[in-house]
Amino acid sequence: MQKFRVLVVDDEVDFLETFVDRLKMRSLDVIGVESGEKALELLDKQNFDVAILDVKMPGMDGIETLREMKRKMPLMEVIMLTGHASVESGIEGMKLGAYDYIMKPADIDELMEKMRQAHEKKSIHEEKIHHARIKELTAHPRRVLDMVKEDEK
Amino acid sequence: MKESSYSKLRWKIIITTLCFSLIPLFVLGVTIYHQFRVSYTSKIMENLRSMSDSKRRAIEIFLEERVAQLNLLASTSGFEKLKDQANLEKAFSIIQGHSYSFVDLGVIDANGQQVAYVGPYHLKDLNYKDEDWFNTALVRRKYISDVFMGFRKIPHFIVSLVYRSGNQEWILRATINSDIFDNIVRAAHVGRKGDAFIINRNGILQTKPRLEGDIGDLSKYCDLTKVASGTHVEELEISGRKAVFATTWLKNNEWLLVMQESPEEELKPVVETRFISIALFAGGILVIVLGTIFTTQLMMAKLIKAEHEKAILDDSLVQSSKMAALGKLAAGIAHEVNNPLAVIKEKAGWMSDFLKMEGIGESENLVKYEAAIAKIDQHVERAKKVTHRLLGFARRMEPVHEMVDINKTIDETIDFLENDARYKNIDIQADYFDSLPRTKSDSAQLQQVFLNILNNAIDAIQKDGEITIKTTYNSKDEEIAIAFKDNGPGIPREEIKKIFDPFFTTKKMGQGTGLGLSISYGIIEKLGGRITVESEEGQETTFIVYLPVERE
Repeated sequence: MQKFRVLVVDDEVDFLETFVDRLKMRSLDVIGVESGEKALELLDKQNFDVAILDVKMPGMDGIETLREMKRKMPLMEVIMLTGHASVESGIEGMKLGAYDYIMKPADIDELMEKMRQAHEKKSIHEEKIHHARIKELTAHPRRVLDMVKEDEK
Repeated sequence: MKESSYSKLRWKIIITTLCFSLIPLFVLGVTIYHQFRVSYTSKIMENLRSMSDSKRRAIEIFLEERVAQLNLLASTSGFEKLKDQANLEKAFSIIQGHSYSFVDLGVIDANGQQVAYVGPYHLKDLNYKDEDWFNTALVRRKYISDVFMGFRKIPHFIVSLVYRSGNQEWILRATINSDIFDNIVRAAHVGRKGDAFIINRNGILQTKPRLEGDIGDLSKYCDLTKVASGTHVEELEISGRKAVFATTWLKNNEWLLVMQESPEEELKPVVETRFISIALFAGGILVIVLGTIFTTQLMMAKLIKAEHEKAILDDSLVQSSKMAALGKLAAGIAHEVNNPLAVIKEKAGWMSDFLKMEGIGESENLVKYEAAIAKIDQHVERAKKVTHRLLGFARRMEPVHEMVDINKTIDETIDFLENDARYKNIDIQADYFDSLPRTKSDSAQLQQVFLNILNNAIDAIQKDGEITIKTTYNSKDEEIAIAFKDNGPGIPREEIKKIFDPFFTTKKMGQGTGLGLSISYGIIEKLGGRITVESEEGQETTFIVYLPVERE
């Protein structure tokens, strides 16, 4: 399986640690944080492909965090983890741009599959953007120079 | 409320109402009767008093007239003329000419010798010198005697007047006609039992009473002579008889005129009034009692009906609030249990991952470890199923509103179960109402309800049986009814009440959560309908889902 970067956000530390361990065993590049605030801080420094986000957390809750994440990193795919009677919040999350939701306690294989699909979607998405750029560059070669200039600055 | 407290309340109302209506009625009746009796009695007494007064005057006038007649005779004729028998007879016939007030007339000289006499008795030449009245008459000059026997041996009374001519005194004596006098007295009486008579100071009868006794007898009313002068009216009981008496003295307080009236007769209107008022009172009591019982009965019936309606309402309120509370509780439990479950699951998963990677493959207990982890996983799955169903139960999702064809929804539901049913040799028959109206509802939720009911039916039958589904439409109530009937073993009476309670299940441990029917109940309630269940043990069970028809 292609290696990709995963961010796990859950306030239940016991769960978080084990879950991160297990994902690492499945040769993924995983970082776990226990609050929405920390996740957003981390996003400023690092890039992730997929985020697993618990809906119900003290402090900044899942939906709020999702909104911020999508603002900071629109291409990152988010899978919501709902632990309580809130299929609605899962649905709401999807309306806000989450890729999918999964009910706790989640089956790791099911989750792996969803993450893989999410990553694939992201890759396709990125590829499309890449192609679009190339198209634009071939159409307007001078733009490359502009870009180089910009980089120099 | 219990039957006994109803009847206690009923009696309380009846007794209170009767007290409040009968007491005023009774007081009113007694007061009116009493007032009437008092005023009527006083009127009778007043009447008797005035009659007694007028009678006294009549008697006194009668006696005065007699005296006047004799005075006239004496002064016009004189002793010399009247002592002549022929002259006296002539004078007597003139006096008697227009009334028969006198029986006889005699002229007596100062020595008591009767010198002339006119009358039916042979009294001429008798000497009265030794008679009581003669001496009294000489003293009194004008004397009206009491009744006495005299020479004629017949009770009578006389009027005697003393005159003087020259130096000689003489007496004119006349006997009053008792029959006429008695009549004058007796005419005063009133009614069949009334009487009027005169007694002297000693209680001796001076006139013949109408009812009992005779002139000269001692009257049994002699005690009446004790009254003072003047007119008295009172009710007395004498020798065992009650009567109203009017007494008045006359003739210089020598004679007492007694008028007696029977109260029974005089007070007859009062007695009649009493009878009428008692009859009215009894009638009033009857009407009031009947009315009270009738209205109480009516009131109690209304009360009991209201109580019953209230009990039913309370019941359904309790049921829905129970459901709401349980929903919250279920959500809370599900949430609290889910997080530890997730941790357990992850830890177990991690252990299983670890076993595969670390190459502990040589350990002889590896298989046992793996089995234990698989068991942990399996039971976490089982717990997860429970929490997820709890979440489903607690979910407060607004139903989707779409136009639903109930028959089609049932068909789809049957499709789900067809394989299972065929395998267990259970025949599912559907009898659809052809023109069943479409209704605004939530087909997914309805399907869940139908699925729950049908699943229960299949589980109840177990093997070889029949399930019939019938849809009907009641146009009057705008209601669709869907009946699910199975020929399973039925539901025991004591369990049928609990059937919609959450966590109530008859299935084996681990096979059912006991939430299916309570979820269904909640769904149908939210969709504005209701579910009922009827069961005959050993025969069949019928669930009926009622849904209101809501058109677009």
